[in-house]
Amino acid sequence: MSQAIKIKSLSKSFGQIHAVRDVSFDVNRGEVLGFLGPNGAGKSTTMKMITGFLEPTSGTVEVDGHDVLENPLSVKRSVGYLPEGAPAYGEMTVKNFLNFIADIRELKGSTRKTRLDEVIETINIQNVIDQSIETLSKGYKRRVGLAQAILHDPDILILDEPTDGLDPNQKHEVRNLIKKMAKEKAIIISTHILEEVDAVCSRAIIISSGKLLFDGTPGELIAKSEQGDIDHAFRNITTLKSIET
Amino acid sequence: MNGLLSIYKREFTSYFVTPVAYVFIVIFLFMTGVFTFYLGAFYESNQADLEPFFRFHPWLYLFLIPAISMRLWSDERKSGSIELLMTLPVSITDAVVAKYLAAWSFTAIALILTFPMWITVNYLGEPDNAVILASYIGSLIMAGGFLAIGSCISALTKSQVISFVISVVICFMFILSGFPMVLDLFESWAPQAVVDAVASFSFLTHFTSIKKGVIDIRDVIYFAALITFWLYVNVVIIENKKAD
Repeated sequence: MSQAIKIKSLSKSFGQIHAVRDVSFDVNRGEVLGFLGPNGAGKSTTMKMITGFLEPTSGTVEVDGHDVLENPLSVKRSVGYLPEGAPAYGEMTVKNFLNFIADIRELKGSTRKTRLDEVIETINIQNVIDQSIETLSKGYKRRVGLAQAILHDPDILILDEPTDGLDPNQKHEVRNLIKKMAKEKAIIISTHILEEVDAVCSRAIIISSGKLLFDGTPGELIAKSEQGDIDHAFRNITTLKSIET
Repeated sequence: MNGLLSIYKREFTSYFVTPVAYVFIVIFLFMTGVFTFYLGAFYESNQADLEPFFRFHPWLYLFLIPAISMRLWSDERKSGSIELLMTLPVSITDAVVAKYLAAWSFTAIALILTFPMWITVNYLGEPDNAVILASYIGSLIMAGGFLAIGSCISALTKSQVISFVISVVICFMFILSGFPMVLDLFESWAPQAVVDAVASFSFLTHFTSIKKGVIDIRDVIYFAALITFWLYVNVVIIENKKAD
């Protein structure tokens, strides 16, 4: 299948701080890419550049064949994005918020209705549908953000910490959802939970201090540790390399 | 276009789900009443017109319009929802115009709700209702000018308080530039053309004819140009510092 996301020597600096340095990778349809790295490694910054929220200092991002700088609206149409912290309009009810997203994503008629019903059911937010978002718990807020991202059934999903703040059962549900969607979509998720990588991702990337340090399957990542432990492998990669540089 | 309409709808309805709209409308109506009857000496003037009512609109707008506009973009920045908005398939221009139009429509509603004033003057005498209608339209256009300034300023900061204060100051300068005390400052040294230019920037200069019921095309062009300019700057600010 075609490459859904192509990133070439992407860099971003904020003044003196180099948040992302020369990162390149591709994501194909059918892949779930786990984006790993310590806090402040540049994961969110990279995701913001893929979705067109931040402009890269140098390098290119192509989504579905469209350059994100030249054709931002096409990119935004084909991408579903859950930003860090799942921001939303707090004063709106969940239902009004999802209707607003459906409006702006140009979902109409019967597709609109079936998509709304489907998403509300799969994400399991039926019982808070008439509550205003600011009154929801962290877990529900995250799920509303997730519902917003998948509502238009996008080919490409970019989820910044989709399971953060969820309880173990909810985490399990979200992972199953991601696995179910994985077949025909290209998905990038960032996470701090390493077992998640093994559970849902077909590939893992580790970045630290803005640099790409590892790109391979979860199996290959585990093989980096003598004990066969993914946490250990992560520490090996992120601490060793930062000492070298 | 679709994006513009969706955002407009969302913004406009959001005024009415929080107490903001109701507080604003009540205060606006109360203040217009106070100004018209006490400061404007509506009864004492013994004239069947709404001049004492419209006379104070620039001063009311000076504080009340920044109170509406201060949250337009500051709030998006503060809550982080700007990241959501800017990654939805909608152009920045559409987003800026949609938010602006929603705020303007809200102002229009507050203005329409002053209709008891119109009923009162019609009950007491026989005013020229065409003049009153023209004044209403002029007042709404002027409110649009204040709003464009406020919207642009709110794009600069996360803080609604800063947004409010700076908007008030800039709006105040736009009102003051028609005052003799400001013009005197220029008259002593600057050529007449400069003095006229400064005076022509004043909301008051342009509102004076409007409140008499004369909608001069030059006044309309002035406000249209002013609104376009500030909204254009608004777009440029968002474009360049979405994520800051």
